[in-house]
Amino acid sequence: MPRLSYRRALTRALADELARDERVFLLGEDIRVAAANVTSGLVKRFGPERVRDTPLSEQAFTSFATGAALAGMRPVIEFQIPSLLFLVFEQIVNHAHKFPLMTGGQCAVPVTYLVPGSGSRKGWAGQHSDHPYSLFAHAGVTTVVPATPADAYGLLVSAVRCDDPVVLFAPAGALDVREDVDAAALVPVPLGRARVHRPGDDVTVVAVGHLVHDALAVAEELADQVSVEVFDPRTLYPFDWDSLVESVARTGRLVVVDDANRSCGVAGEVIATVVERVPLVAPPRRVTRPDGAVLPFAPALDRAVQPGRDQLLAAIHHVMKDG
Amino acid sequence: MTDADPVRLYRTVRLIRRFEERAIELVRSGHIVGGIHPYLGQEGIAAGVCAALRADDVVAGTHRGHGHVLAKGADPARMLAELCGRATGLNAGRGGSMHAADLGVGVLGANAIVGASGAIITGAVWARRRLGADAVGVSFFGDGAVNEGMLLEAFNLAALWRVPVLFVCENNGYATTMPVAAAVAGSIPGRAEAFGMTATVVDGQDPEEVHAVTAAAVARMRAGGGPELVEARTYRFDAHHTFEHAVRLDYRPPEEVARGRSRDPVAIQGARLPDARRVAVDAEVEATLTAAVEFALASPEPDPVDALAYLYASGLTARTGGG
Ligand SMILES: Cc1ncc(C[n+]2csc(CCOP(=O)(O)OP(=O)(O)O)c2C)c(N)n1
Ligand SMILES: [Mg+2]
Repeated sequence: MPRLSYRRALTRALADELARDERVFLLGEDIRVAAANVTSGLVKRFGPERVRDTPLSEQAFTSFATGAALAGMRPVIEFQIPSLLFLVFEQIVNHAHKFPLMTGGQCAVPVTYLVPGSGSRKGWAGQHSDHPYSLFAHAGVTTVVPATPADAYGLLVSAVRCDDPVVLFAPAGALDVREDVDAAALVPVPLGRARVHRPGDDVTVVAVGHLVHDALAVAEELADQVSVEVFDPRTLYPFDWDSLVESVARTGRLVVVDDANRSCGVAGEVIATVVERVPLVAPPRRVTRPDGAVLPFAPALDRAVQPGRDQLLAAIHHVMKDG
Repeated sequence: MTDADPVRLYRTVRLIRRFEERAIELVRSGHIVGGIHPYLGQEGIAAGVCAALRADDVVAGTHRGHGHVLAKGADPARMLAELCGRATGLNAGRGGSMHAADLGVGVLGANAIVGASGAIITGAVWARRRLGADAVGVSFFGDGAVNEGMLLEAFNLAALWRVPVLFVCENNGYATTMPVAAAVAGSIPGRAEAFGMTATVVDGQDPEEVHAVTAAAVARMRAGGGPELVEARTYRFDAHHTFEHAVRLDYRPPEEVARGRSRDPVAIQGARLPDARRVAVDAEVEATLTAAVEFALASPEPDPVDALAYLYASGLTARTGGG
């Protein structure tokens, strides 16, 4: 079976959608030479009209995409850095997201915002290492964080086909993941549907993005002591609450691991919603970045601010001990 | 002080050149994590501009910011320690290459967000003058930044409120891989002129010419004139970022690179010194940098326990990420 990398899965999804639908086109910085190594080969195949390099004018090209979407196109924008989403938060949240309702249903804004390399990239420090997916979930913009190559493919395809704006974070920590996949197994993955990577009976660990792989490693490490279910929401908004409720109703324990700031983060939302619906046998735990985190430059500090396996291990021990 | 001393200019360009070459070696050896955006080839601009400033004037820079920080007077040893993520670094190892700052010598920071520094420096200079100083400021940015809305908004504020900021555009022909001709409608001086600012084009490879043009602009600004723009034409001798040393991006024809490199600001300024003097400066710079590398590598790494030290000036402490 061929080995597929996460990056090439994204490339393939873009190529398939460009080939399938004339309305799809790409916008972004240095995408013609594929500086982020995602759009490789696409300009050659689809031409510079559909794979368009932009000047450094993020706010303008983000709303340019909104306009093109209003006129019937399906733009995909690649952002070089996760923190650029702060710069275009206005354009996505206050315009693209609001147009359908504000116009009384006269339009749709099917734009995909693709962020290859979100979170820490080791050494890019404060202004380039954010993971702002909770902000978009809070705003109610469809927010996707695939963990594996096949999911990256399937979710990106679904994002492009979705009639609403979708932000897709491809965590830097997942970009080098490879998996054996049959080309026939590369299919659209529905938005809003979770995936259980490893079934378990004692505790449900909800892990976001690249942290799915850490959760799987920890689950394996604990295999002879605790039976851990690793639950990957894949889409953070809309969240697959029913599947999570079903899982926690079985295990009775919940731990969430989320590489974003603690206060008002997705981990808090997951815990709140679960405790509204399921009685737990132990208080739930979350492992996140600290409140207000700014990633410091020095490698050891950068690591210290991101959720680690040791913290996840400790959280699992806590919920096992507490109930 | 408008010190056109050819020896001083040479010392500065040579210092930046050798600093960057040493830094690239430290990227290769793994001591600098995350790589750097080398300033090689553009040294004459930082050197010429900063030689026309006083110690109490302020500057703000870019992702390609080492030259500005050094030319304004930061200690090369502490700068190098910062790049190596050490506790003794200018930013206590929290900032790294793209956020290096030394407020004590008037460097309000390199900045990782393209186009961001213009408005920050405008506010800083306005405030200093309100408080009675007659300081001026310099905002360094690249040709890519002239397409960012926030920089153009800063032009308007500075011009409207007559804040003496010198906007120095380092036009090296490319924003990453995007050629200026494919990105800039109109012209760079034309952007400034649209806001009523004087704009001057200068050969950025000649440190003395840069100095002379800056000194004249600063003199006009100190005498009560409003902001001005200088477009310094230059060429980046090396990669956009050191990641390009590993991944070849094909966008600059070799003949163009050879032509660009043939006008070397270090050679141009060096030729103005008697041989013996130049050799003596070179030895002095080498000694400074050898000591800087030793200092940086002997310095301790910051303690991860304090990863979020300095996050809040008010003394607030953040909740940790749990576990
Ligand atoms: C607002 C913003 N957009 C994009 C980037 C990613 N990026 C970093 S440097 C760069 C190119 C900047 O070009 P230019 O302003 O000409 O400066 P140069 O690199 O040539 O010195 C880009 C696109 C960024 N850091 N900030
Ligand atoms: Mg440039």
